[in-house]
Amino acid sequence: MDRILVADSLAKSFQVGKRRVVALDGVSLAIRPGAVTGLIGPDGAGKTTFMRLAAGLLVPDGGRIEVLGLDTTRNSLQVQAALGYMPQRFGLYEDLTVQENLDLYADLQGVPRSERPARYAELMHMTGLAPFSGRLSGRLSGGMKQKLGLACTLVRAPRLLLLDEPTVGVDPVSRRELWAIVDRLVCGEGMSVLLSTAYLDEAERCAEVILLHEGRVLDQGDPAAMSARLAGRTWAVTGPGRRPRQVQAELAGRPGVVDALVQGEHVRVVTEAAEPPVGLDGLEVRATPPRFEDCFVDLLRCRGRTDHAARAGGNPVDRAWTPAGAGRTEGAVIEVRGLERRFGEFKAVAGIAFSIRRGEIFGLLGANGAGKTTTFRMLCGLLPASAGHLEVAGLDLRHAAAAARGRIGYMSQKFSLYGNLSVAQNLDFFARVYGLAGAALRKRLDWALAEFDLAGHAEQLSGDLPLGYKQRLAMACALMHRPEIIFLDEPTSGVDPLARREFWQRINGLARQGVTVLVTTHFMEEAEYCDRLAIMAAGRILALAEPAAIKAMARSPEHPEPSMEDAFIRLVEDTVEAPA
Amino acid sequence: MHQRILALIRKEFLALLKDPKSRMVLIVPPLIQLLVFGYAATFDLKEVPYAVYNEDRGMAARDLLARFRGAPSFRQVAELGAAAEIASLVDARRVLVVVRIGPTFSDDLLSGRPAPVQVIVDGRNSNTAMIALNYVRSIVDRFNRDWIASRGLAAPPARLETRAWFNPNLESRWFFIPGIIGLLTLVTTMLVTAMTVAREREQGTFDQLLVTPLRLPEILAGKVVPGLVIGTLQATVILILATLWFRIPFLGSLPAFYAGLILFLLSGAGAGLFISSLAATLQQALLGAFLFMVPAVILSGFATPIANMPEVVQWLTLIDPLRYFLVILRKVFLEGAGFGLLLDQYWPMALIGLGSLALAGWLFRSRMY
Amino acid sequence: MSTRGGPDIRLRGGQAMRLRGLIRKEFLQIVRDPSSIAIAFLMPFFLLLLFGYGVSLDADRVPIALVAEAPSPDSADFMAALQGSHSFAPRVMASMPEAEEALLKGEVHGIVRLRADFPRRLRLPEGAPVQVIVNGVDANTARLVLGYVEGAWGNWLAARAAGQGQELKLPVALQTRIWFNSEVKSRNYLVPGLVAIIMTLIGALLTALVMAREWERGTMEALMVTPVSMTEVLLGKLVAYFTLGTGGMLLTVGLAVWLFEVPLRGSFWVLWMCASLFLLAALGMGLTISTLARSQFVAGQIALIATFLPAFLLSGFIFDIGSMPAGVQVITQAIVARYFVAIVQTLFLAGDVWSVIVPNALALTVLAAIFLTITWKKSRKRLD
Repeated sequence: MDRILVADSLAKSFQVGKRRVVALDGVSLAIRPGAVTGLIGPDGAGKTTFMRLAAGLLVPDGGRIEVLGLDTTRNSLQVQAALGYMPQRFGLYEDLTVQENLDLYADLQGVPRSERPARYAELMHMTGLAPFSGRLSGRLSGGMKQKLGLACTLVRAPRLLLLDEPTVGVDPVSRRELWAIVDRLVCGEGMSVLLSTAYLDEAERCAEVILLHEGRVLDQGDPAAMSARLAGRTWAVTGPGRRPRQVQAELAGRPGVVDALVQGEHVRVVTEAAEPPVGLDGLEVRATPPRFEDCFVDLLRCRGRTDHAARAGGNPVDRAWTPAGAGRTEGAVIEVRGLERRFGEFKAVAGIAFSIRRGEIFGLLGANGAGKTTTFRMLCGLLPASAGHLEVAGLDLRHAAAAARGRIGYMSQKFSLYGNLSVAQNLDFFARVYGLAGAALRKRLDWALAEFDLAGHAEQLSGDLPLGYKQRLAMACALMHRPEIIFLDEPTSGVDPLARREFWQRINGLARQGVTVLVTTHFMEEAEYCDRLAIMAAGRILALAEPAAIKAMARSPEHPEPSMEDAFIRLVEDTVEAPA
Repeated sequence: MHQRILALIRKEFLALLKDPKSRMVLIVPPLIQLLVFGYAATFDLKEVPYAVYNEDRGMAARDLLARFRGAPSFRQVAELGAAAEIASLVDARRVLVVVRIGPTFSDDLLSGRPAPVQVIVDGRNSNTAMIALNYVRSIVDRFNRDWIASRGLAAPPARLETRAWFNPNLESRWFFIPGIIGLLTLVTTMLVTAMTVAREREQGTFDQLLVTPLRLPEILAGKVVPGLVIGTLQATVILILATLWFRIPFLGSLPAFYAGLILFLLSGAGAGLFISSLAATLQQALLGAFLFMVPAVILSGFATPIANMPEVVQWLTLIDPLRYFLVILRKVFLEGAGFGLLLDQYWPMALIGLGSLALAGWLFRSRMY
Repeated sequence: MSTRGGPDIRLRGGQAMRLRGLIRKEFLQIVRDPSSIAIAFLMPFFLLLLFGYGVSLDADRVPIALVAEAPSPDSADFMAALQGSHSFAPRVMASMPEAEEALLKGEVHGIVRLRADFPRRLRLPEGAPVQVIVNGVDANTARLVLGYVEGAWGNWLAARAAGQGQELKLPVALQTRIWFNSEVKSRNYLVPGLVAIIMTLIGALLTALVMAREWERGTMEALMVTPVSMTEVLLGKLVAYFTLGTGGMLLTVGLAVWLFEVPLRGSFWVLWMCASLFLLAALGMGLTISTLARSQFVAGQIALIATFLPAFLLSGFIFDIGSMPAGVQVITQAIVARYFVAIVQTLFLAGDVWSVIVPNALALTVLAAIFLTITWKKSRKRLD
C-alpha cells in the first residue's frame, strides 16, 4: 500500500442556523506513508472537518475516504483502532493527573499491562513529562498539555497520526519541542503524520503540504517546490530614516504588489510579476528568496479573497478619529512600577515595570504561564494587583470612575461576543454601552460594518461566524467608541495568516493616529510589528526593547541573523533553567 | 448613564428572547406547569376508593351505605364477603377506606343501643387518611342527625355552626393556585439570573462588560430588570389563567399584588445574582440554584404550614422571600387585602432583595480574577 | 453500537479493560470535583434534615380565639374542654371585633364564639348553637381546626352527659382504625416520600451535566477515536454514578430510620432492589437530558424545570394522585419519583406488599429502559 489515506471527491456540509455551509466540496487527495503531511488553509477551509472525516467521526455527504485501505464510514471502529487522533483541545481530562490520563487512554486503546511500563517510560522521556506524572493535567501549561495530549494518542503506536492544529495557543519553545517529537516518530518509528496548522513556517517542515481553501484542494506538493514558483517575485524593501511600518503602509495596496509585510527592519514585498515594485522614492529594494508563506498568500489572493487588508492599511482606519489625548504632550500613557500579583504562594507576576508612550504599539510576549495575561488583566482593572503601582491614562482602572474606562478598548483572547446576538446587535450594544447614541451611533455602525467587511453578515448570529470574522467583529466592538488606548489579548490566536495581516494593518493605522496599543501574542513574527516588546517568563520581564535590539541579543557567530523566535527561545532558555 | 443601562437591558432581552428555543423555555413550561400543577395541587379528595363489608341485612345499614354511594367524594370498589379480604385490598392500595357494618347494626340502632360502624383507613399517607376520615365522619354525622330528627329523639344540648371565611367550601385549590404563581416565577427568576451570569462568565463576556464604563450597580441592574419584566409578564399571564380558567376569586387590589410581585422578583433576582457571584462554572450555578430553590419552596408554607415547623426551622423561613410572597398572594386573592395589611410582608422582601444584591455586588468586585 | 466483525480482535477482547478504565476515570473525576460529592452526600443530608424537621402537616397548638359574650359557668365549662386539648393554643378574647381582627391578621386560625344566650338555650330542646369561624384560605388547616373543634365538642358532650348521670347516645358510633400509621404522624409518610424526591433530584443533577460536559470540553471527540463504544462510555458513567447514588440513598434511608425513627416494616433487601431500579431510572433521566441538550446551559435549564417541581407536586408525595383529573394522572405516569414514592411509603409503613411493589417496580424498569434507550440511541459515535 503506497497511500495511507485516500480521499475521493469527498463532500460535507453543515446546517448553521438557517444556512447550509459547505465545509468540503469534492476533495480528492492521497497521502504518502512515512512522512509528515501538512494540511494548510485559512479559517473555515475545512481542515478540521477533513480530520474528523478521516477519523470516522463524521459521515461524508458524498465521496469516500479510506484510511489504511479501510473505509472510515463503514469500518470506523477498525480505523479508529489503527490511527491516533489529537483534537484541537487535546482531549485531556483536566481533573485527572498526567499518569491517570495515560492509564485511561492505555485502557481504552487496549494496551496490555505488560507492555505499559516500557511504553510509558518512552513517552515520558520523549515528552519530558516524567517529573509531572502526579500533577493534574488542568494545572499544566499549554505546551505541556499539548505534549500530554500527544502522549495519550501515542500510548499504542498508531500507524497514522492525525494532529488537528496541535500548536495553536502554544508558545514557540513548546512548538519546537513538539516538532522534534513528530520528526522522531516519522524518522524513528516510520509513522505517518497528517497535521493541520495555521502557522506557515511549520508548513515548510512538512514533506508535503495540501492547501485547502473553501472546501477545495488548491494545491498539493513539496513546500519547497511550491515556494520556488515565486522565485524572482519577492523583495526586501527598506526606507532609510523611515519606520518599516510607514514603508509598509505605503507599499500595501499598490498596483502590482500582492503582499507587503513588516519583517524586522525591512518590508517583505511580493509582486505580481517578476520585477521589483515600481515608483518608489528613496526606498531600497533588494531581492530575497521566497518563503512558503509568500506562496500561500499569493495563491489565496489570486483566488479573489477580498483584499480589505490592503484597504485597511492604505487608508486611515477612520478619518474622523481623534483620540481624546492626541493633542496633548507626549508622555507615558501606561505606567507600571513594581507590579506584583500573587495567587496564594504562587507569584504570577513578580515585580515588573514598564511605561508605554502615546501612539506606541507595545507587545507583551511570553510562554504560557509567563504572567502576560495576569499583567494584562491587572492593567484593565479586572484583577487587583497585590503590590506595586499601575496607571493607565493617569488612573488605576480598578478604582477609576466609570468614564475613565470609556477611554480604553479591550479585546479578549476568546473574542468575547454574545454568540446568540447578531453581528449588528453586538456592535449596537457595545456602542451604546460606551455612550454612543442617535445619528453618531448609526454613522459609527455603518462605519464598522463597512470597514470590517461585515455588512454581508450583519444579521447573522455572531456565534455562527467563522473565527476570522469573529475576530474582526470583536475588534470592531472594541473600537466603536474610538478609544485612546486599546488592549488586545492574543488577538490573532487561531486566526489564519491573511486575517492576521489584515488585523495588523488596522493596528498600524490606529497607531499612526495616536492610539496606544498594548498587545500580547504567541506569534513571534507579529512581535516585529511592535514598536517595543517586553518578553516575560515566570512573572518577570526578561527583556524590554525594540524588536531589532531584542534580536541583536541573540546574535552569535553561528546565528548571524537570528529570527525573533530564535531570540525568544534563547532568552527564555537562558533565564529559566528549571521548568516553571 | 441611563442610556448605558438601557443598552444593557436591551441586550439581555435580545439574548433571552431572540433564540426561539430559549424563548420557549421561558414561556411554554410555566404555562404547562400551571395547568398541570393547578389540577394536581389539591388536598380535596375525589372518588376515594372504598370497600364495604356489610354483615347486616337491615334497612338502616342499607340506608347508611346508600349515603356513601351517593357521595361524590366516594367510589365503591368492592363489596366484601369475608373479613379476611380486607387486608389484601388495603395493602395493595386498591382501597383507602373500608366500611364494616356488623351483623347487629340495624337491630342495635332500632333498639336504641349504640350501633358501631367500623372504619378502616390506610394511614400510609396520613394526611389523605385524615381527610378521608373526615369525609366519612360527616356522612355518619348527617345520618345521625337525620335519624334523631326522624325518631324525635333528644338533640345534644349544643351544636356547632361552622362557617369558613374567604373560602366557604374549603376548596384547597384556592389555596394552592395562587401559591403556584410564586413557585413558577421563582424558577423563571433563577433561570434568568443565576444561569445567565454563569454563562457570561464561562464565555468571557462578563469581563468584557467589566471593562466598559458600566458600573457594577449598573451591570446588576441590567441583569435584574429583565428578570423583573419577564417575571411580571409571566405572573400576569398566570394570574389571568388562574382567575379565568381555574376561577380563583381575586378580591384584593392589583397594585398590592404587583407591589408584592416586584419586591419578590427583586429578592429572587438578588438571590440568583448572589449564587452566580459565587459560582465559577455552570455546574456550580445549577447546584446553587437548586440549593436555594428547593428549601425556598419547601419552607415557604406552600404545602405545609410554617406554623407546624419546629421553631429553629421557622427562623430559617424568615430569610425565604417566597414565604412572604405566598402570604401576599393568598391574602390578595382570597382575603382582598390591600397595602395596609401587607406591609409586614413587603419590607422583609425588600430587605432580602437589597441585601442579596449588595452582597452579590460586593462578591463580584472582590472575586474578579 | 455494534462492532461489525472485523480483523481486529482487540475490539472485543479489550472491552473489560476499557470499561474498567472508564469507570476508574469517572470515579477519579468524582473524587476530584467536590461538587459531585456534595450533590451525592451533602445535599441529601442537608435536605432530609431540613425537610424531615421542617415539613409537617400535623398542626398542634393551633391558635384560636375564644369569645364568650357573657361568661357563665356553662360557657367556662365549654371553653375548658377546648383549653384542655393539646390541639389548641386558645386565646380568650372579650369581643367578636377583636377576634375577627386577629383572624384577619392571621394571628388565630379560627374563632369559637358562645353567644350571650348560650346558658339559656343550652336548656332548650333544640340546643344551643356554638359558632365556629375558620379562616378558609388554607383549606387544609381549616379542616383540621374544624375537626379538632368537633372532637373537643364531642368530648364535652360526653363529659356533660356523664356528669348528669346519663350516657351520651349517638345512634351510630364511628370506630376508626388507622392502619400502618396509627399515630397518624405525617412525618412517617413525608420522610420516606422525601427520600424519593431528594434522590430524584440527586440522580438527575449528578448526570444532567456529565455528557454535555464531555462535549463542551472536547474530551468526547478524543474518546470517540479510541476503540471505545458509546455503550461503554455510557456504562462507565452509569456504574460510577450509580455507586455514588447508592451511597446517597443509604445515607437518606439511614437518616430516615435512625434519626426520624420512621419504622421500616418491609425488608431492607427489597428496598435496596427497588432503590436500584429507581436510581437507574433517575440517572437515565439525567443522562437523557444531558445527551439531548449537549450544552451544559440548556441541560441545566431543563434539569431546573423538569425535575424538582414535577417530582414535588406530581409524585403523590403530598397530593393524592387518585384525586387528580385523568389527564394529569396520565402525565404523572412519566414521573419517576411517583413509583418510588409509592414503593417507599409501603415498604416503610406497611411492609413487603408485593401487590404494590411489583407493578411499581415494573414501571420503574420500563422508565429506566426508555431513558437509557433514548440516551443510547442518541449518542451515536459520530460528531454530526
